[in-house]
Amino acid sequence: MKKITYTVAALLSFFGSARAQSTDTTGYQPKKLKIEEVNFVSGYYSQNGNNSAITGGIGTEKLYDFANSLEIRLSKTDRRNRVHTISGEVNIDFYSSASQDNIDPLTISSASRTDKHIYPSLSWNMKNDANHTTKGATFSYSTEYDYKSLGFGINFSKSSKDNNREITLKANTFQDTYTVILPSDLRPSGYSSGAEGDKSNLYYKPRNTYNGSIALSQVVNKSLQLLFITEPTYQEGLLSTPFHRTYFTDGSEKVEKLPGSRFKLPLGIRGSYFVGDRVVLRGFYRFYADNWGMTAHTVSLEAPVKITPFLSLSPFYRFNSQNGVKYFAAYKQHSPDATYYTSDYDLSSFQSHFGGLGIRLAPPGGVMGIRHFASIEVRYGHFYRNAGTGMQSDMLTMAVKFK
Amino acid sequence: MHPNVKIKVVLISVFVATLSSCVSVKEYQKNRINDSEMELSARKSEKFEQSFYLYREGASGANGGKSGGGCGCN
Repeated sequence: MKKITYTVAALLSFFGSARAQSTDTTGYQPKKLKIEEVNFVSGYYSQNGNNSAITGGIGTEKLYDFANSLEIRLSKTDRRNRVHTISGEVNIDFYSSASQDNIDPLTISSASRTDKHIYPSLSWNMKNDANHTTKGATFSYSTEYDYKSLGFGINFSKSSKDNNREITLKANTFQDTYTVILPSDLRPSGYSSGAEGDKSNLYYKPRNTYNGSIALSQVVNKSLQLLFITEPTYQEGLLSTPFHRTYFTDGSEKVEKLPGSRFKLPLGIRGSYFVGDRVVLRGFYRFYADNWGMTAHTVSLEAPVKITPFLSLSPFYRFNSQNGVKYFAAYKQHSPDATYYTSDYDLSSFQSHFGGLGIRLAPPGGVMGIRHFASIEVRYGHFYRNAGTGMQSDMLTMAVKFK
Repeated sequence: MHPNVKIKVVLISVFVATLSSCVSVKEYQKNRINDSEMELSARKSEKFEQSFYLYREGASGANGGKSGGGCGCN
C-alpha cells in the first residue's frame, strides 16, 4: 500500500511540474506539448493445474505473474491544427513458474523459477479533423530470459463527416528470436543448458508474426454502437516451445514439434448499448479458425451499473469454447509415427469460463478530491478451464488514470 | 451448410442489417454514446486479462489485445 501511495505521490508531483511548465511562457497554449493522461495498471495473476506441457501434459502448472504498466500520453497541436499524440509505455512482469524448474530438474533446486518480462512501447498518432483521418505508428520491444521480440505497426483511420462511422486499418509485425533451451533429458551431447555461464553452444531460432486488421465502428442510434473487426495473422519460424516434452505410446520421449507456419483468422463483433439511465451492456462475440485445425467461439458480456453518475459496478462473464489443434494428444498418447506432436493443453479442446466484478470510481472533482486523479478501477475475475484435470486461476487488477 | 459458413453468413447479415438501420446521430445527441462505459475498445483494466487469454487459450486476435510478440510459454 505504501508503494502505491509513493507512486501516486510521485506521479502527482511529476504531473504538477509538467503542468507548471506548460502554463504559459509564450501565451500560445495549443502549440505546446502537454500531458494528456497518465495510466498506471497493476495486476496479480495466479494459476494452478496439473497438466504442464514442460513435463509432457502432466505435472504442476503453478504460476504467478505480477504485472505492471505505466503509460504517459502527450499531445500537441501543430500549425495545421492536426493533433499529434505520443504515447510511451513501460511494462514489467515478475513471474514465477513452478513447471519451468522441470526443464532441468537436476540443476535447479528452487521451489519455482522466477523471471522478468520487460516490454516497452512507443506510439505516435496524428489526427486531422479537416479530413477526418488518423495516422499512426507503433514500435515495441519485449525481452525475457530466452526470448526477444521487436514489433512495428502502422495504422490509419477515416471517419464519416458526422463521426458516426469509422474504419480503421492496421498492419503489425513482430520479429522474435527464441533461444532454444532444451529439457535436460533431451539435450544432445555438448549442447549448452542455457543457464548463466553455459550459453556458448545454443541455437537461436526466429519466430515472425505478421498481422493486419480491419475494424468498422458504427453508431446505430443514440444508445447503441457496434464494432466489426477481423484480424488475419500469419506466423512462421519456430512455433513450438523447445522445452516442452512429449511422450509416445511406445514409451519414447521427444521435444514438442509443430509446423513452421500458422494462419489465424478471427472475426469479431463488439457492441455497447445504454439501457435506461443506469445500465450499459457491453457484448463481444468472436469466431476463430486456423490452419492447425483449431476453431473457437468466444462470448462475453459485461453490464456496468451506474450506482451514481460517477460510481459503477461491472459484473462480467466470458465463455470460450475451442476445438484443439490436430497435433494435440495427452501424455503417452502420441503415435511414434506422428509428424507433429504437442501435449500443451493450451492447444487442446476445452471450455473456459471467466467471471468477476469491477468497481470504477470517476468523480468530476477527482478521486479523493485530488483534481488530476481522474479515475480508479479495481477488477477481480476467476478463470476455470476444463482441459485435462482442470486449471483454475485468479486475477486482480487495479487501473488508475491521471488527467 | 458447413458451420463455419453459417457463422460467416450470420455475421454478414448482422453487419448489413446494422448499416441499413442506422440513424444519423448529431454530436449533441451523443452524451450516452460518449459515456466512458460505452467504449468499444478493451479497457485499461482488461489489459492483463487480454494477455492471459492469449497464453491460456489457443484462439487469439480481434479482441483488442496483441496477437504476437513475447513468449508466454511458462
